[in-house]
Amino acid sequence: MNALLPESIPEALDMLARDPAAVPMAGGTDLLVHWPVRIEAHDRTYLDLSRLEDLKPLTWKADELVLGALTTYWDVIRDERVDREFPLLVQAARQVGAIQIQARGTWAGNVVNASPAADGVPALMAYDATVVLESRRGREEVPLDRFYSGYKEMRRRADQLVVAIRIPRRTYSFQIFEKVGSRRAQAIAKVGLAVTHSDAGWRVVAASVAPTIRRCLAVERLLETGARAGVSSSEDLSPAIAQDVAPIDDIRSSARYRNRAMARVLYHDLKDFWGPLLERRPRADPLP
Amino acid sequence: MSSQSAIPNPQSAISVTFTLNGSSVTVEIDPADRLLDTLRYRLGLTGTKEGCGEGECGACTVYLDGVPVNSCLIPTYQVRDRKVETIESLDPRALEAFERCGATQCGACTPGVVMTAWWIRGHPDLLRTHTIRELMAGNLCRCTGYDGIVDSIKEALGER
Repeated sequence: MNALLPESIPEALDMLARDPAAVPMAGGTDLLVHWPVRIEAHDRTYLDLSRLEDLKPLTWKADELVLGALTTYWDVIRDERVDREFPLLVQAARQVGAIQIQARGTWAGNVVNASPAADGVPALMAYDATVVLESRRGREEVPLDRFYSGYKEMRRRADQLVVAIRIPRRTYSFQIFEKVGSRRAQAIAKVGLAVTHSDAGWRVVAASVAPTIRRCLAVERLLETGARAGVSSSEDLSPAIAQDVAPIDDIRSSARYRNRAMARVLYHDLKDFWGPLLERRPRADPLP
Repeated sequence: MSSQSAIPNPQSAISVTFTLNGSSVTVEIDPADRLLDTLRYRLGLTGTKEGCGEGECGACTVYLDGVPVNSCLIPTYQVRDRKVETIESLDPRALEAFERCGATQCGACTPGVVMTAWWIRGHPDLLRTHTIRELMAGNLCRCTGYDGIVDSIKEALGER
């Protein structure tokens, strides 16, 4: 194994330009899992980001929150303003492992690890976050909802480093984060959902039900239009969900369970918005 | 085997200096070494245990700049010029409440559990936003059922 140890961002970008196969490493919470037995991973070159102090801070600006590429989950959990303005970020962060992982894992790392079961990415996407990439050739910004092109595939060139995540500050009238897992703590999502509503419209983002975290445009359209009046049960959401996601059977859950859980969580969490009437419906039985 | 056998070795050792339990140490490491390996096998601090090797069980918990982290997920080169503390450095009083409350049984998780518990004791403000159970969620114990652990932390907090 080879480690490149830059002391500044320009130095890191130079190293990445010379050796585009190098893997940027922030907290290591994904890259070092089961390290001793993953011999093939030892043959690679890693670009250590841990000394790039400029990438650490979380910065509030007039119209946006900027997470540095080294901003950790714990940084977000400990910032009371984040909880007031972007509560889903805090809720998602508190679902990622526990303190030991939260103190090391970064939001940018969650984005580029590109797990379909990520916890941080759905919350970021529901807030219309933008990924800021830098290379020696310049700066590029990619909206997070267009960042992924397939399973573990993304619009990051090998010589580009994610340096920040920009999140526009808006007033939200509705926001929820849901994670259906096997346990309350230390579990990976069977189904994850982040839903927001602001002047920019509805954002419905799903995790663990497709090759990537993705926005559910058909469900968003249902919410935006009068068609939502026709929804009077979780089953009524199934056609839209079928357009938006394609869950699979795997070690954590089945496609059938994921489809049903997603429909029921969406139906119950948004019960005030479905159907023609504003009356509150009684909550049905909890999920199996 | 001949000492001249040409085994290609692309790995270059890195010299890493950091503060360990209050003293400066310098070690020559392989870039592939995890902090856990360096602590146990190079520096002889075997109180830090390896459990799952994937950042879930917390047996390998140490403090990095004062915060609990999994030493199985940290490349040693990332701790250069930083402060690492292990179970060996802890105040012996850290174990007293554990003994009184039956918070330990087989002992495999205990070093990691004690590290996180002692950190909570030092940061009682965290309990305004977090429960003890949430803060301890990164330390798995298969023996005690956690009640003894939570009780001991409550008792230790009451002692402050």
